[in-house]
Amino acid sequence: MSESVTTEEPPVGTEERLSHYRSMVLSREFETAAERQYKAAKIGGYCHLSSGQEATSVGTVAGLDQDDYLVTGYRCHGFALARGVSAKAAMAELFGREDGCAHGRGGSMHLLDVEKKFYGGWGIVAGQLPIATGIALGIVRQGRSQAVLCELGEGAVNMGAWHESLNLAALWDLPVVFLVVNNSYGMGTSVDRASAEPEIFRRAAAHRMHGERVDGNDLDEVIEASRRLLDRARLDRRPAVIEAVTYRYRGHSVADAGLAYRSKEEIADWSEGRDPIARQRLRLQESGVTVEDLEAIEDEARSEVEAAVEHAAASAEPSVDQLAHGMYAPGSAAQFERMRPGSPFGEEALTFDAGLGA
Amino acid sequence: MTAQAQAEPGEAAVSGPGTMTFREAIRLALREEMARDEQVFVMGEEVGLFDGSYKVTSGLMDEFGPDRVRDTPISEEAFVGAGIGAAMIGERPVVEIMTLNFLLVAMDQVVNHAAKVGAMFGGEVRVPMVIRTPNGAGNQLTAQHSQSFDGWFAGTPGLKVLAPANPADARSLLKAAIRDDDPVLFIENLPIYKEKGEVDPGDDSIGEIGLAAIAREGSDLSIVSHSFATVRSLQAAEILEREHGYSVEVVDLRSLRPLDVATVADSVVKTNRALCVEEGWPSFGVTSEIAARIQKACFDDLDAPVERVGMAEVPLPYAKPLELAAMPGTDRIVAAAIATLEGAR
Repeated sequence: MSESVTTEEPPVGTEERLSHYRSMVLSREFETAAERQYKAAKIGGYCHLSSGQEATSVGTVAGLDQDDYLVTGYRCHGFALARGVSAKAAMAELFGREDGCAHGRGGSMHLLDVEKKFYGGWGIVAGQLPIATGIALGIVRQGRSQAVLCELGEGAVNMGAWHESLNLAALWDLPVVFLVVNNSYGMGTSVDRASAEPEIFRRAAAHRMHGERVDGNDLDEVIEASRRLLDRARLDRRPAVIEAVTYRYRGHSVADAGLAYRSKEEIADWSEGRDPIARQRLRLQESGVTVEDLEAIEDEARSEVEAAVEHAAASAEPSVDQLAHGMYAPGSAAQFERMRPGSPFGEEALTFDAGLGA
Repeated sequence: MTAQAQAEPGEAAVSGPGTMTFREAIRLALREEMARDEQVFVMGEEVGLFDGSYKVTSGLMDEFGPDRVRDTPISEEAFVGAGIGAAMIGERPVVEIMTLNFLLVAMDQVVNHAAKVGAMFGGEVRVPMVIRTPNGAGNQLTAQHSQSFDGWFAGTPGLKVLAPANPADARSLLKAAIRDDDPVLFIENLPIYKEKGEVDPGDDSIGEIGLAAIAREGSDLSIVSHSFATVRSLQAAEILEREHGYSVEVVDLRSLRPLDVATVADSVVKTNRALCVEEGWPSFGVTSEIAARIQKACFDDLDAPVERVGMAEVPLPYAKPLELAAMPGTDRIVAAAIATLEGAR
């Protein structure tokens, strides 16, 4: 499947490999817990799980330098965790609590952490592409050596924003790598039923941009390609497309059983035959890591998620008297003061007195 | 789509000392803010080499270079979004959209993205971006190029919307918009670009967002308007005084979100009658909102129903007599004012 050259040697040292393995397991455990908590009505709204896609999220984020930026669509839990957002802050956000990374205002689709340079978690398909392109423009204007990784699902490539963003990135030599997570289905519509060119990476050529496809379930292959293309973006200001072919085990969201448009056999083929975590586990064992060590890592990840759930449940809900928090910049309250007369019923208490531009 | 430059030959030379056109005032504000702050940059279709579709950015590329006066392809969704992204990491983009009609193809970025960032991410990140764009009608530009959607944007929490009516306000409020930490839609107007007014280049003061102005004092009726509708309303007020003997106050909103209802209410409490005027379609429009606010804030002070004038509710036709009939012209404002003043309805 790979269009790129895979390296013979493992691309990273053992410590780093174990850290990546831990990150993948943490992501899987987090999603499993999120589904359980959603079904227990502790989490509301939409909840899009990424179980099965861990090599893609962990592998691409591994290619980022600390100073680089990450922007994603709504299936963002695994990317957030891989980027170092704490499981506690992420789970608290899913619970809609004040301790959440967006203080309970964003929820599952809108995780972010400015300190980690993770700029969201966006909910409109392909809407994050122009924004990631703009962050890359900002980097160029500021003369910095940084890159942007912009994640999208393969369903996003038939949106105008995809075409417009790739054109702008290529035209202006912007340091952005577009990661297409191709899990075969945009909700329930398969790639073949949606894309006239189902080999998504080939579309980069329309913008004279480099594109390549990797096995998104092979951690080492993903790391190699993303590191190479992000380095190239950062150092040479060349954008690129990476298409990572992977599979989501669960439905589009927790509300979707995921069986109307695909067979149990197909799901089993991926989850039992090509699971990215099992694959990496085997590799680590082959390179001399003991089962005990691996189990210790897995236990640790599980405990971290359990602690995150406990933390989220104990965290305070946002106060209703902060309903308008964050909507406008601090200092804006004075600008809005003269808007009070004749307000709709209750509006003054709901917004003006509830943190609007405070 | 064609955008014909409307700069008139010798326009600058015609301006006297201390006088400049709306277009020149916008340009002055851009130049001043770009000189003050390296993070400020202009981006849009034809803003650089072409010298601006309506010549607002004329000369700026020569002065600041192609990086800070950045020509874009025809990709509103991408470059509005790019403005958001750049703003999120500390740049201060001023994005020009050729006309408000074309902002519709970037509606998702404006409404679903720019307006949401502050609240949705819990106040962790801001979007200090300005989108400048003219609306308006009157040059037979026809149905797809003659619309005013001010109310759509002003009705969107998370945005700020400014729409000044004279050169001095254009300059001071654009400067305020550029320095503001939130996404600001700065609505200009095609016919207003050549309106002249006093501007003191030595006065570098910054406009106050959310503050309306009394553009003309009066005691019999309050006309409430913004942007080019204010220019027309001032003309109507002049006629009403000269030909009908009425003293008409004109409240120039300047800012639609935040909306200065306090100034409107104070005026209506004084005059007891209100006429709301806008260039857009009045149903579900800016005037709907103003009228609702007035009836609530000034219920006991009203001596007549709040009246409204706007664009006739049809897609604007090409033929000149049809276009003229549809526009909220001075004659219609005068007629509506007299109806409100004299009770004919």
